[in-house]
Amino acid sequence: MTPDVILFLILAVVAIASALGMLLSKNAVYSALYLILNLATIAVFYLLLGAPFIAMVQVTVYAGAIMVLFLFVIMLLGAEQLRRARTLGWQQPVAVVLAVVLVAEATYIIFTKTSSLPDIEAAEAGFGSPQAIGELLFNQYLLPFEITSVLLLVAMIGAIVMTRDGKKKE
Amino acid sequence: MIPLSWYLILAAGLFSVGLYGVLSRKNAVGILMGIELMLNAANINLVAFWRYVDSDSIAGQAFAIIVFAVAAAEVAVGLALVISVYRLRKTVAADEIDMLKW
Repeated sequence: MTPDVILFLILAVVAIASALGMLLSKNAVYSALYLILNLATIAVFYLLLGAPFIAMVQVTVYAGAIMVLFLFVIMLLGAEQLRRARTLGWQQPVAVVLAVVLVAEATYIIFTKTSSLPDIEAAEAGFGSPQAIGELLFNQYLLPFEITSVLLLVAMIGAIVMTRDGKKKE
Repeated sequence: MIPLSWYLILAAGLFSVGLYGVLSRKNAVGILMGIELMLNAANINLVAFWRYVDSDSIAGQAFAIIVFAVAAAEVAVGLALVISVYRLRKTVAADEIDMLKW
């Protein structure tokens, strides 16, 4: 067992466990904190895959900005605990069955279809650096990049319009 | 070296956990968190496939960055919707938001 295999296995256990913790904790704040742990382990997976810039973006954008937004909304609305509502009795078992079927299918496909991939060699230094990604984004993928920026602008305007208090006008 | 299929199985597991969360949680914010988990699993797949199949170009990483931006936009709009619904109905439980149900 090489060190990266051991690291992968430990990280995989942490990732799955924190995802399950996110699901099973009743308090939404704890769910969000588990999700932050999960996103941080995914960032380490990106480092293992040789994508340092993606890993840093994962930590800053996901584990930082997006999860702060989540925690902010949870605490703003006081939505940590739902009061005991009427429940859909069949919903829980159906969800379990669907999720288990999906993971079984995916594992089957992965084991039967991806056996013929070549081993990869280590990337040379500087590969996938922020500079290279920036050059790629601003030259070859300029149009998708600009479309993404317009999408973010639209989302920002939409969020402001929807959360504005319509009653307190004038 | 770690086989590609390990990454794919990990991503499939995370995706399924996220799917279970989306289907079973009652808190609308929790549902959004499940969607985030699913997007992250898809992103692991993107980066893993880039690394193992097409590691000569770095287009896979550019794709992953665009997924980040889309996820950020999705969370902003989704949480704004949750706040807006909370103003109207004083609840974030997804099965109490049934105005469309007749």
